[in-house]
Parts: sequence; structure tokens; C-alpha cells
Amino acid sequence: MSAADLVTSTPARRGPGHSRTTRIVIYGLLLLFALVYLVPLLVMVMTSLKPLDEVTGGNMFAFPRHLTFAPWSMAWGEARIGVSDTRGISGYFFNSVKMVVPAVLISTLLGALNGYVLTKWSFPGHKLVFGMMLFACFIPFQSVIIPMAVILGMLGRTGVDLADLTGWSFGLGNATVNLVIVHVIYGLGFTTLFFRNYYAAFPSELVKAAMIDGASFFQIFRRILLPNSTPIIIVTVIYQFTNIWNDFLFGSTFAAGDTAPMTVALNNLVNTSTGVVEYNVNMAAAIIAAAPTLLVYVVAGRYFVRGLMAGAVKG
Amino acid sequence: MTAMAEREAATATTRRKLGPSLRGWFQDWLPRLVLAPSLLLVLVFVYGFNLWTLFLSFTNSKAFPTTNLIGFTNYVRLWNWTFETDPPSNWYTALVNMGLFGGLYIFFCLFLGLLLAILLDQKIRGEGILRPIYLYPLALSFIVTGTAWKLFLDPRIGLENALHDWGWTSFHFDWVVDPKMMIYCVAIAGIWQSSGFVMAMFLAGLRGVDGEILKAAQIDGASIYQTYRRIVIPIIRPVFFSALIVLAHMAIKSYDLVLSVTGKNPGGAAELPSTFMYSYTFTRNQMAIGSASAVIMLMTIAAIMVPYIYSETREQNR
Repeated sequence: MSAADLVTSTPARRGPGHSRTTRIVIYGLLLLFALVYLVPLLVMVMTSLKPLDEVTGGNMFAFPRHLTFAPWSMAWGEARIGVSDTRGISGYFFNSVKMVVPAVLISTLLGALNGYVLTKWSFPGHKLVFGMMLFACFIPFQSVIIPMAVILGMLGRTGVDLADLTGWSFGLGNATVNLVIVHVIYGLGFTTLFFRNYYAAFPSELVKAAMIDGASFFQIFRRILLPNSTPIIIVTVIYQFTNIWNDFLFGSTFAAGDTAPMTVALNNLVNTSTGVVEYNVNMAAAIIAAAPTLLVYVVAGRYFVRGLMAGAVKG
Repeated sequence: MTAMAEREAATATTRRKLGPSLRGWFQDWLPRLVLAPSLLLVLVFVYGFNLWTLFLSFTNSKAFPTTNLIGFTNYVRLWNWTFETDPPSNWYTALVNMGLFGGLYIFFCLFLGLLLAILLDQKIRGEGILRPIYLYPLALSFIVTGTAWKLFLDPRIGLENALHDWGWTSFHFDWVVDPKMMIYCVAIAGIWQSSGFVMAMFLAGLRGVDGEILKAAQIDGASIYQTYRRIVIPIIRPVFFSALIVLAHMAIKSYDLVLSVTGKNPGGAAELPSTFMYSYTFTRNQMAIGSASAVIMLMTIAAIMVPYIYSETREQNR
């Protein structure tokens, strides 16, 4: 049983029995904390369903008196992001989708192959290689961001030259492509870690038997390992999806204006200094920004927790 | 070692079938060729870029990278700024805030995480409902968390206003708009977001403790407090260590949360090394200073993570 299974499994019936008062204190504390964790989300939802005068003039804990979905449609289609754009956050939402799908797929596939090589085709020095990739998970991105900006700038200029030459930039200089590249590279450490630890426990006898039968490197991967990798693929996809969707630093550095991902657009929307602050619209936008990852959490919480634990405790 | 020998025997069999051809050689090297692109990417984009940033920190780069080396000047400036308290330099503010934010964040995440895990481990009904509630903030981005808490703590429409509305008119809480107190609000939002994760780590640790030990303690007449204080917590000490490492490294990397809770960090009041690096590099055109601060962040994280990774990978081999 892995660490995460210990969290999500039903509790074992054990431990000392408690008196009635102790029980009340325990449940009281647990419910109090549950309230503390839930209230900010509830306030967000209620604020997003109120007209603005009710937000600025009323109590944030009060239920909406005039229920309205106008802030939601404002946030989605009309809100002012930055200086000139008044088309809402919908475009940025799809920027994030276009970035997150290829980045997750590519980094997961590479991670699976790396984990396969590092465990089933290990070579002298594989531990060092793994250690180096592992440390890459934890570097502060501030220490790579300047060179990355320089390199992406160079790629962009190459893209312009290519477009002059051939009529197509091959995606070079495109902000979404840039972000996919960045997220794939800096996600490799984690995806490799996940698959390596998973495949380390996979019986090598099966792989060896297939080798003796003359199966090739990719045949073994495709026919033997991949069909048995569903849980770790789900864990990795969820982990990468959450991380990339929620990223702000790379998005704000490498994608400006119309090309920005959702988190950057939300930050711009909330912090525009022009006009009245429309708290209800801001909250609707924040919920829309949080919706995909929250949905994943609700649907596959078990795998979500497992990914988090695997990313923290390597065991 | 035997596994490797067996594998080599297996590949040798394949090779004999194919003959000493190019194809056989290719099959032998294929695994390494598959790994090579990833390794190369990591070598260049992680290690190469770190060295590049290190190099930039020794130059006089302003808005653009240069190659004019000026020795340790940038580090000397940061060092001097560390003690420039009147008026406080941005670097001094960043370090003080890092201490405040990091200390509060780590302490309260550990405290709340352990408390919730112990409470949940008491044969609780409805654990399946409570646990996801403590954990869901982890699915949110720091920008969303920050946006929510900024509204929640805003004295005009948030908590202060609500409590006034309910009749507690002397209640006063405006930290989120007070430059001196903003960093505490960042810590509150951070603790709210991350403590559930620490709870999950501790809960896994507690569930791994052998129930027999607890029963034995109970028979010997140990109180609940004594059982946890003397027996359970010492057993799960490694979890403390892991959680501490993870939290410390997350605290140092915190960036988005500061911007969203404070509303783009007005006047650098809630400066952290991460925001310091960003503003010096990209808005103040002091790229070399920004690089030097990034190197200091990297060194700090390396000092925390490298021994941890080393010990964790060592443990696996035992």
C-alpha cells in the first residue's frame, strides 16, 4: 500500500475509545475547520451571484437577495482584461486549454519512456541521471527564467525568418508553443519520477521473458508496460494538468496580451485600476479559472492526492 | 547486478539472431537513445540555464544580458542591502518577509496538518466527507486563492464589514490593505491552501503506525495525550522532516500568491526574494542583480533539497 492509499483508504477501527465530551470536542473542531476551509469558496460563489450593489453594500456571508447570473456572462464574454480587451476571459480560457493538452500529453509520454528505460534497461550511471532529473523538479524557476526568455526570443526571430522564407513560422515564436515547450521541459522531472517509481515495482521477469522471446524495446513498452500503467498515467496526467493549468510565473513572463493563459488574465482582470471594481465579475472569473482543476479533483480526488504525495515523498 | 547480467544475456541472444549488424547495435543503444533527448533537455534547460544565470550574476547586465564581467559586485550590493534598514532596502524587506512568511507558513501548516490528521484518525464518522474538504484548496491556483482571500479580508466588503453588520462594530481587521501587515495575509492564504496537504502526509504516517502498539499503550494506562506525545509522534518523525522540506521549498518559491493577495505587491510592501528577482530583472532593468538574487534562491533550495533527495534515493536502495 502506498502512502496515498493509506490516506484515501477507510480508516482502520483502532485507537483508544473516547468519552462523550472528547467526541464532541473532536467533531466540533473538525467541523469548525471544515467551515474555515469551505467559507472562502462559498463566499466566492455567493458574491459571483449577487448584483454589484449587494456586494459593496451588503454582508458577504448573506445569501443573494436578487440572484443573478449576469456576472458570469460578463466575466466570460465582456469583462475588461488589461487595457483594451473587453471580450472577457473566454479567449484566455481556451489559450490555457490549447497549452495544457499538448504539454500534458508530451510530458507524460516522455516520462513513461524515461521511467521504462531507467528501470528496465538500466545502464551504468542511471542513478545519477535520475538524481539529476529529480533535482530539476525543485529548482526555483527564477533561476532559469532569464536564459529561457533569451532563447525563446531567439526562437521567435528564427520563426519570423522562416515565415519570410517559407510562409510558415513552424510555430516558433507562438506564445502557446513556447509555453508548451517550457512546461514539457520543466515537467519532465516529475513525470519521470512518477513512472520510474511505478515501473520499479513492475515485475522485471515479464520484461525479461519478452526479451528472450525477441520482443523489441518498443513492443515491450507498448504491449506489456503501457497496458498495466493506467493508474500511474491517471496520476501523472492529473498532476501535470493541475500544475500547468495553475502556473502563473511562466505564463506571465512568456505570453503577453491576447496569448496569455487563464491565470494571467484573471490576475489582470482583478487588478485593473480603471473604473469600478466589479467584485462579482472577478469572483465569477476566479471560479471559471478554478473550475477545470476543481472538477478533476472532485472526479478523481484519489489519484490527485496520490500524485501530490508521490511528488513530495519519494517512496 | 544479476538482473543486468541476465538482461545482457537476453540481448546477446537477440543479437546472435540478428548478427553483428547495425540493427543489433541500434537495439542495444535504443534505450539510451530514447532517454537522451529528455536528459539533454534537462542538462541544457535546467543545469545549463542555472549556470547561465550564475554567469549573468557576475556581469553588469541591465535590460539585456551582457558579457562584461564585474566580479562579485552584485553580490556585494545584495550583501550591503541586507543591512540597509533605514529606509529598508527592497532586499532587506524581501528577506524579513521571507522569514515572517516562511516561518508562519511552515509552523502553522505543520501544526494544523498534524492536528487535523490526529483528529481524523479518531474513528471518525464522515471522514470521507471531511477529508476532501480540507484538501480541495490544493486544486486551486495561487491566483484564485489570492483573489478569494483578498476579497474575504477586504475591510470594506469582507470580514470586517460582515462582522460590523452583525453588530460587532469594534472589530477591526484591515491587514490586507495595510502595507505593513500584508505579508501576514499572504501567510494566511498560503496556510489555508497548503495545510490540507500536510494533513494528508501526516494521516498517511498515522495510518502506517501499528495498531498493536497503541493497544499496548492503552493497556499500560497511557492517556491519549501521552500516547501521541511519547509514542505516535516519535514514530512518524520522518513525516515531519518530509513535510518541513516540502513546505520550506514551497515557501521560497511562492510568487503568485503574493501578487494576488496584495494586488500586485504595491510599493514592494510584501516583497519576497521571488518578487524581488522578477521586478529587478524585468521592470527595473537590473538583470544582473536579479540574477544574483535568483542564484541565492537556487542555492538555498539546493541546500535543502540535495541532501533530502540523496537520503530518499538511498533509502529506496536498502
